[in-house]
Amino acid sequence: MELRFTPEEIAFRDKVRTFFKENVPDDIRDKMAVGEHIEKDDFVRWTRILDDKGWAVAHWPEEYGGTGWDPMRQYIFLEELQRYPAPTPLPFGVNMVGPVIYTFGNEAQKKQFLPRIANLDDWWCQGFSEPGAGSDLASLKTRAVRQGDHYIVNGQKTWTTLAQYADWIFCLVRTDTEVKKQEGISFVLIDMNTPGIEVRPIVTIDGGREINEVFLTDVKVPAENLVGEENKGWDYAKFLLGNERTNIARVGMSKQRIARVRDLASKEMSGGRPLLEDERFREKLASIEIDLKALELTQLRVVAADAKRGNTGRPDPASSILKIKGSEIQQGITHLLMQVMGPHALPYHEDIEGSNEPPIEPDYAASAAPGYFNYRKVSIYGGSNEIQKNIIAKAVLGL
Amino acid sequence: MDFDFTEEQSILRDSLDRLLADKYDFEKRKAIMAQPEGWSADMWNAFAEMGLMALPFTEEDGGLGGTPVETMIVMESLGKALALEPYFATVVLGGGVLRLGGSAEQRAELVPQIAEGALKLALAHTERNSRYDLNHVETAAKKDGGGYVLSGTKNVVLAGDSADRIFVTARVSGGTRDEGGIGIFMAGKDAKGLTLRGYRTQDGLRAADVTLDNVKVGPEAVIGDPEAGLPLLKRVVDGAIAALSAEAIGVMGQLHRLTLDYLKVRKQFGMPIGAFQVLQHDAVDMFVAMEQARSLTLYATMMADSGDDDERTRAMHAAKAEIGRAGKLVGETAIQLHGGVGMTMEYAVGHYFKRMTMIDVAFGDADHHLRALAAKGSLFG
Repeated sequence: MELRFTPEEIAFRDKVRTFFKENVPDDIRDKMAVGEHIEKDDFVRWTRILDDKGWAVAHWPEEYGGTGWDPMRQYIFLEELQRYPAPTPLPFGVNMVGPVIYTFGNEAQKKQFLPRIANLDDWWCQGFSEPGAGSDLASLKTRAVRQGDHYIVNGQKTWTTLAQYADWIFCLVRTDTEVKKQEGISFVLIDMNTPGIEVRPIVTIDGGREINEVFLTDVKVPAENLVGEENKGWDYAKFLLGNERTNIARVGMSKQRIARVRDLASKEMSGGRPLLEDERFREKLASIEIDLKALELTQLRVVAADAKRGNTGRPDPASSILKIKGSEIQQGITHLLMQVMGPHALPYHEDIEGSNEPPIEPDYAASAAPGYFNYRKVSIYGGSNEIQKNIIAKAVLGL
Repeated sequence: MDFDFTEEQSILRDSLDRLLADKYDFEKRKAIMAQPEGWSADMWNAFAEMGLMALPFTEEDGGLGGTPVETMIVMESLGKALALEPYFATVVLGGGVLRLGGSAEQRAELVPQIAEGALKLALAHTERNSRYDLNHVETAAKKDGGGYVLSGTKNVVLAGDSADRIFVTARVSGGTRDEGGIGIFMAGKDAKGLTLRGYRTQDGLRAADVTLDNVKVGPEAVIGDPEAGLPLLKRVVDGAIAALSAEAIGVMGQLHRLTLDYLKVRKQFGMPIGAFQVLQHDAVDMFVAMEQARSLTLYATMMADSGDDDERTRAMHAAKAEIGRAGKLVGETAIQLHGGVGMTMEYAVGHYFKRMTMIDVAFGDADHHLRALAAKGSLFG
């Protein structure tokens, strides 16, 4: 047993750190550091820098542009990326549809889509949830009917993150209504410029505009945009939801945010002294740090096990807790950050186009409360924490 | 980075688990507990034969040169069996004092005896008003020629009534809570002026109150610098926290296993109660807490022998706080999910719960360590 990185891993970490230092645009890092919104252009600029280096799709197989790094190096890369901080590559392409395409797609699809995902030439969004299909995803109703060499798609997707920027959407659609609900679903790729697609923003409680409704009305999708086999989409969806585990705990990001909480708490005053000197506050901070340290080690146990026996695609029992604890910790930190700002968390900083009004001070408090509100999402998306518990109860505990 | 055991470590774990499965089931444990000593000399000898007593000591001293990983393996297995023998007091606490602070002569005299199971030790540090503070020492050590005269009372000395020798913390100089001026002295159980009152603890183990009335010890009984024993004591206790955390993981594992078994067999409303989602989620919460505690136990184990006092101590604060809060959740939920059966002395789960609870109040509970970590600063460099 050895819980320290090897000298080779440390050298790798240093190499990665140096690269970030020299290549992450300062304006993007500064936005990340204070929790400001990252624009489409920021993502594109940064992804292309990564892609030039060959690191945009680091965990993909080498034949599709991956790095060939072992799981520990993949972990170190993401940890350092989040800690720097720099944006993690847009997950909808890199972590979701990309692996589905190179695992189940045909050669033409691989050739058409994979390089464009790596370079963020195509912005992807995820068409899974529907108004009537949330945790019970398999009950989805969006219908695709084959007509000659096309599918005609009708239905509605919702909670579609960043669909306003998207060039493509990968959708679960119902292609057979006569069979068990899981057995009539297909996985199709749809060009967002196809007539009949309408994107309407949903404003979230933080005032943000990251999610949308996507309406599909008689959308004509070429049959060659079906991934894998018709009616096998549920298997691909399960693969997609299950294969993301080196990043799901977001330990590096939480470390960076805890450092920010400490930094701000050393400046914000409480009872005539910096808040960081307040015992009650320090204990709350220490409590989250203990959780985070434990999660870091739990994550590393999963990574080390993967490294040892190769990624079997079968989740290690410990991996199932990463989403639950990771989300709880991320949420806890956003709450702590809001508490640090105290009454200055109150003002709503409206972003009015063309306005010359000076910002309300302190401007760095602007994202404190919205950050807390927004992060309620992390225990809901990607399979709510309650669904995660159902999965653990069944798959790990045998209940 | 590697979380796997070596082949030798796996063998150690498997053979100890086999021995305990064979000789230490719940009924046998009850019978052992009912004996006056409250532990089994046969098991003690079996442990010694397996080399468990010699594990952490260097080969030069007559040990096996084991690392904290071996101690972790042993303690987790002992926790799984709820073993009653004074292994922790002798090898981890007393052995820790000797290993980290004993002179060459002291080690040469005592380690071989420990290794063969002939010598049992205890560490007397807790006092009526000390709570968890190792620097709070009222017991006095007065210089007397080359040796010292010890006076005072020590409470809840773990396994104190079976120890042949007791390491006693006593104040040579300074005020009650000063960090300096604390020494560690070795007293034989039969020393003149030493009275010992043994008793059972809530978890079925044993402890003793030790009264020292002008107990004379010679220069050979002084461990290290008699004016500066606190850093040594802290190192020993840090190692003990890592070991106790490992025991707690063994205990939690059983609490969880017993509960899952029960959820699968107990039927109400015509189905196994494990089919009810609210109970499933409780069982998952136990699992998550246990795995998080295991992660920090591994961390504490890797830090246990670190010479970096600051980093080592932070790791122990984190681990013991996590063990305390996870253990409480796992233990209380285990009892709750067992319903009335969990409340009975007849059934094992309650005994695991009691041991888990007592681990929290030994060497600092969750609040104590949370406060201590908070005072020190960040866990992340």
